[in-house]
Amino acid sequence: MTDPDPNIEGILCPLPLPHNERIVLGHGSGGRMSYELISKVFFPLFDNPILKAGDDAGLIIVLNQAGEHNPRLAVSTDSHVVSPLFFPGGDIGRLAICGTVNDVSMLGATPLWLTASFILEEGLEVETLRKIVESMHSAAVEANIKIIAGDTKVVQNGKADRLYINTTGIGIIPTGVNISGTRARPGDAIIVSGTIGDHGIAVLAARGELNFQAEIKSDVAPLNGLIARMLDVTKEIHVLRDPTRGGLATSLNEIALQSNVGIMIYEETIPIRPTVEAACEMLGFDALYVANEGKLIAIVEKNSADQVLAAMKEHPLGADAAIIGAVTDRPGPHVMLKTIYETTRMIDMMSGEMLPRIC
Amino acid sequence: MKYLNEYRDSNLVHGIIDEITRSIRQKWVIMEICGGQTHAIMKYGLDQLLPESIELVHGPGCPVCVTSLEMIDKALAIASQPKVIFTSYGDMLRVPGSQGDLFSVRASGNDVRVVYSSLDAINIAQDNPDKKIVFFAIGFETTAPANAMSVLQAQKLGLNNFSLLVSHVRVPPAMHAILGSPNNRIQGFLAAGHVCTVMGYWEYVPIAQKYKIPIVVTGFEPVDILQGILFVIRELEENKYEVENAYSRIVNYEGNQAAQKIIEQVFEECDQKWRGIGFIPGSGWRLKSEFNDYNAEEQFQVREITPVESPFCISGKILQGLIKPVDCPAFANQCTPEHPLGATMVSAEGACAAYYRYGRIL
Repeated sequence: MTDPDPNIEGILCPLPLPHNERIVLGHGSGGRMSYELISKVFFPLFDNPILKAGDDAGLIIVLNQAGEHNPRLAVSTDSHVVSPLFFPGGDIGRLAICGTVNDVSMLGATPLWLTASFILEEGLEVETLRKIVESMHSAAVEANIKIIAGDTKVVQNGKADRLYINTTGIGIIPTGVNISGTRARPGDAIIVSGTIGDHGIAVLAARGELNFQAEIKSDVAPLNGLIARMLDVTKEIHVLRDPTRGGLATSLNEIALQSNVGIMIYEETIPIRPTVEAACEMLGFDALYVANEGKLIAIVEKNSADQVLAAMKEHPLGADAAIIGAVTDRPGPHVMLKTIYETTRMIDMMSGEMLPRIC
Repeated sequence: MKYLNEYRDSNLVHGIIDEITRSIRQKWVIMEICGGQTHAIMKYGLDQLLPESIELVHGPGCPVCVTSLEMIDKALAIASQPKVIFTSYGDMLRVPGSQGDLFSVRASGNDVRVVYSSLDAINIAQDNPDKKIVFFAIGFETTAPANAMSVLQAQKLGLNNFSLLVSHVRVPPAMHAILGSPNNRIQGFLAAGHVCTVMGYWEYVPIAQKYKIPIVVTGFEPVDILQGILFVIRELEENKYEVENAYSRIVNYEGNQAAQKIIEQVFEECDQKWRGIGFIPGSGWRLKSEFNDYNAEEQFQVREITPVESPFCISGKILQGLIKPVDCPAFANQCTPEHPLGATMVSAEGACAAYYRYGRIL
């Protein structure tokens, strides 16, 4: 790229479309467009070191009377707008609890309390709401957290899609635990807790727009129990991340960026269910970019990796866990994949909305 | 996955690579026509396995990339009208027109929907009798039969709220254009397996004879693609120029007769403008005039839209295989999938997008 063609100075091709003027769905995809929106619109004004850390939860250090740094709190918030409200393996209520529990847990915190806000569309059946609240209750019991505050608003018919839920979670980070997206170091092992892409494909199939059916359930689950098990084995867990929107590929890119490292993953080690693989094949999706709601990526000190993996495999939510790669000493940030043919390719962040291909 | 895993087998892949390496004695330039093949080559890193004396050049076979700016502008104009539900294959939504893309149109409150097939658009038309449903019928010979079918289906159902915005392109005239160009460097072709599934490969015999160039019908999995390359290399080394079929589990000489008949019934040949390349004689299909009731250009009066593309756009050179994406100074700097400067960066099948996603720092 050092010798540009003189013909192509100045204007190059059709005008770019940065979508700076209006929000498009791609801004909410969790990929690069979301990232750009956050950096351009929110970060400049909400500028503070806790937010800028860029982890799944904000870390607050509360000073006690003696001025000591204790305890450390993790706080995270998440809005849930999934359609349909009920899908195989879960529903918006379970998702709203697990999503926030998981975000808080990704700093190694023990999630304890949640708030829940509901935006309800006029006309929503009370029975539907009741079912969702029941599901929230059982997910809260499963995650061992309490819902301690809430809010309800109703908007006019047509101003919302039946029901939106926002939850905010607070957890306490145990002493000795120091987990952040900035802590990946060359040599660290990368573990994924199970099969990827289950949630995204399950919801897509349940939506019914694409006329395909798949016997696949969402993996939506609270991961705090699994993480507690992992932290029992070692405190040398450097990074935890739940690869939700944007999938494994986007989360690994975020970590590479935060820690400024290179990452190499191995195609044949990545656990994917055959049904998810087949659905992706048919729709022209890449499972690396499909959302998960009950999976985590752990970046772990190399010597502890086997022990952590063994502990994960004993937990029901980590039965299919696998070491899928390592942090490399090549200058970052980047994510590479070694194919089954021993060739190498880039793995980028998801760009905008995930779109099915034409043929 | 049966019928896929066999064609991704690592031992087979390395076996064919060995055979290619044994067969080749000099440098050759081969073009894969189809964007799906470009995508697979980059995704699996097949170019890294091939001997350096083979140069793979990526062809104009991405229907999203080559759809002309004026058709995109017509789509935007139609989709912006009230009471219209504009339906399209997913990756067309991202392609920039002169002012905005279909995402912007949707964000402005219009009804733009992604469908998998033109027949899904028919269902939408039946469910919304008070709306006008338009399907953006783009693509090569692969999508043409289903698109033609949707017109016949609409006719059969008596739908008067369904129309097609047609921008179909055909492979053989594009091959003529590439091979007839004084700048041509291509010495062998991988013909697109899916196109040949519909059309067979009888159309390619005169091309191979006229330009004395090997053409091999090729599939999309790693073993298929490498086998296609092996066949081309063998022909080149033996100074042959025949049409061969390396995708015989799907493709036969005549192609899908029923599909060809439907295309013939509904469409007629026309000159077509390719984005970045220009007009190629006889390279498109349009609706026959007897189907004007289903022709969105007629129904919405958008025939007069003729925007001018910047003469400096280099995606045309990429689509003709004259330069590679990484040779563009804008590549991965000003031009990324989120901020595409050209069509080849827009579609997942575009050569620039494939390089961007899979090959930037190799």
